[in-house]
Amino acid sequence: MARRKKRKEIFALGNEAVVEGALLAGCSFYGGYPITPSSEIMEIMASKLPQTDDGVFIQMEDEIASMGAIIGASLAGRKVLTATSGPGFSLKQENLGYAVMAETPLVLVNVMRGGLSTGLPTCPGQGDVQQARWGTHGDHPIIVLSASNVQECLDMTITAFNMAEKYRTPVILLLDEITAHTREKIEIPYEGEFEVFSRTIPSMPPEWYKPYEETVRGVPPMPPIGSGYRFHVTGLTHDRNGFPTQRPEEVVELMDRLHRKIDQFFYDIQLVEEIQTEDADTVVIAYGCVARSAELAVQQARANGIKAGLLKLKTLFPYPRRQQEKIMANAKTIIVPELNMGQMSREVKRVNQGRASVRTINRIDGQIITPSEILKVIMQG
Amino acid sequence: MNEITGNEIIHQYLRHNKKFPHVLCPGCGHGIVLGTLIRSIHSLNIPKDDVVIVAGIGCSGRLAVYVDFNTVHTTHGRALSFATGIKMANPKLNVITIMGDGDALSIGGNHLIHAARRNIGVTALILNNNIYGMTGGQSSPATPMGATTMTNPFGQLDKSFDTVELARGAGANYVARGTTFHVKKLEKVLTDAIERPGFSVVEAITPCHTQYGRKNKYKTPVDMYKWMKKAAIPVDRYNELSEAEKEDRLAIGVFVERDQPGFEERYFDLKAKLQAQEEKGGK
Amino acid sequence: MKKHKGKSKVTVYPDWCKGCGICVEFCPSKVLDLTDQGKAVVAREEDCIRCGFCELHCPDFAIIVKDKEPVEADNPTKIAAKKNATGKGA
Ligand SMILES: Cc1ncc(C[n+]2csc(CCOP(=O)(O)OP(=O)(O)O)c2C)c(N)n1
Ligand code: SF4
Ligand code: SF4
Ligand code: SF4
Ligand SMILES: [Mg+2]
Repeated sequence: MARRKKRKEIFALGNEAVVEGALLAGCSFYGGYPITPSSEIMEIMASKLPQTDDGVFIQMEDEIASMGAIIGASLAGRKVLTATSGPGFSLKQENLGYAVMAETPLVLVNVMRGGLSTGLPTCPGQGDVQQARWGTHGDHPIIVLSASNVQECLDMTITAFNMAEKYRTPVILLLDEITAHTREKIEIPYEGEFEVFSRTIPSMPPEWYKPYEETVRGVPPMPPIGSGYRFHVTGLTHDRNGFPTQRPEEVVELMDRLHRKIDQFFYDIQLVEEIQTEDADTVVIAYGCVARSAELAVQQARANGIKAGLLKLKTLFPYPRRQQEKIMANAKTIIVPELNMGQMSREVKRVNQGRASVRTINRIDGQIITPSEILKVIMQG
Repeated sequence: MNEITGNEIIHQYLRHNKKFPHVLCPGCGHGIVLGTLIRSIHSLNIPKDDVVIVAGIGCSGRLAVYVDFNTVHTTHGRALSFATGIKMANPKLNVITIMGDGDALSIGGNHLIHAARRNIGVTALILNNNIYGMTGGQSSPATPMGATTMTNPFGQLDKSFDTVELARGAGANYVARGTTFHVKKLEKVLTDAIERPGFSVVEAITPCHTQYGRKNKYKTPVDMYKWMKKAAIPVDRYNELSEAEKEDRLAIGVFVERDQPGFEERYFDLKAKLQAQEEKGGK
Repeated sequence: MKKHKGKSKVTVYPDWCKGCGICVEFCPSKVLDLTDQGKAVVAREEDCIRCGFCELHCPDFAIIVKDKEPVEADNPTKIAAKKNATGKGA
């Protein structure tokens, strides 16, 4: 393929943009199981990956197997993707925890639909936010990103891959049915215009390699299976050699490192967009399709002379608490609109500690939150 | 000088920075299967770097940690899905899964069926001890009807799976059964299985005296090996027996030999075809 | 098999042996015994016909059956190794 020097403009669905982003980031393996409203990601991958140099696409028998397959492929050196929605997200949780424990980079897109259980398959929702944070059992760190428009679907997918590789960890990209099914014009960046990060592979001879050794960044290098570095991978709590251990000091060392390697890079991981927040006394904190309505509402409020702003969350977890602290210098009212019964607002309230007045707008009827609904609450002050 | 033979070969494949003897109970057949697997791989001259052992969860799954290959100890029942990903990501690797009967036939049953249907180039080694060993002797889908277990204290009510028929029906390329008493035969079928492209299933009958035997009239581990010695019979001779004679016997040997291309072969053929088309179209 | 009789060296690693008794029970020449401590021991090495059963079936890889050691004088590497093994070398 000839190298492009100019951005390319295309009309794309959010789900299509995810695929474009993944391929730009170097994804060469997709394993999945169809589910509305994420299926387009899988379908487009099914036609694109076999036509790339080394791309592998495989439809697995269920979401559990999809996770297994991408973890295996990641261990063998691939950058890997899977996409799903609510019910499938639940099935992926056990192996998601395995990937955290075994420090296996992967990107998991969850296009949130409405409701619990089979719920509202074709409607938007944001009800999986806390599941994304805590869905797998046991204490664990996790990176959860989101996107509110089609361009961000592409950009955040690249970011998700980079973070997964940089920190040797699964990254969840939470979309919603609206964002995934919106079709709009986006710009595809050209090679060299954006960063592509690939996992560090060991440079020491295999005899010296300790697969889970402490490093400055807390992220040990990771060789692909079959490259001469033979080691043991397990979901059991393990020592630096990867062998199971129950020795309290080794257990703590591993758990500490797993958390620290994410926590200490908060400045790289916690992404937000601050829209007119500098002087705002009313700040909306929103993400996904709701952030779009919120942006319009903020513009309308400003036109009415109200000092409103929007803190758009691109990273949901680890929660960007510092950015919220910053806007709280001026904010007297914080409004958190969400397509659930109040999931991110818990995080907002935890950071707020009773200082500003936090108001929530919640919809669970499968409909979007409109700008005028948000504007109404802004105007109430 | 003495040539290296027998267990000295096996010692060369063990991870000596792990504690030995291994954690398994005295007389546990799983150790014998591990030794057999090592001899098979050794006889095929496959470099350690090219072997990936993908294990499930159970006493059987604990084997992986002891051998100096690339080893992945996965989640309960899911070994074949991980193995599928590894094989598709790098088809040059020899991918072998080690699963228990609960692991492969119960929680992982769906993956077994689909791995066979796809005919993915993986060897599935199923260590059938008729019981959930690790969790303390509950019924597995391979527990014989009538047997006593922790979850069937009044005797197992449901029928057990026939791993061979299951794998045959689902489309596996190669299906064989052996026992930990007839070790040379087990080694032979395992070697064949690893060599053959496509999906191979080898069921190794292996005794768990601790959780199964003791509760089912086998006083010592040795009694279980005596049972295998008596019960096992080559499949061709087994087929000549009357239904009544078959009751207490166990057919061993090779049951299915097909030559279908593995999934990875079909996939990479397709890629090559698509690439050729693109080159032609590009002119 | 007969040609091997009396020519084999059978070694049990006591620290790896779990005393399951498989080797003792099935050895065709009854070479091995089980001690009160629950370890297999080589009792009648001369009777070993080197059938290989014990090596193939020990679940703990604790038995080695080999040809009898050649006389030490023929085996300079072995002697060198022994010397070093005193631990008092340079
Ligand atoms: C999802 C899940 N469910 C249950 C368990 C508990 N568990 C661990 S091993 C096992 C069964 C092991 O039996 P089998 O697969 O036959 O292996 P064996 O120990 O007999 O070799 C079970 C139920 C688990 N680890 N994960
Ligand atoms: S419980 Fe059974 S399967 Fe597990 S180690 Fe003991 S004998 Fe083997
Ligand atoms: S078979 Fe092995 S573990 Fe069992 S008694 Fe003999 S030497 Fe010991
Ligand atoms: S090799 Fe055969 S004869 Fe010799 S000790 Fe072992 S089982 Fe007995
Ligand atoms: Mg079992």
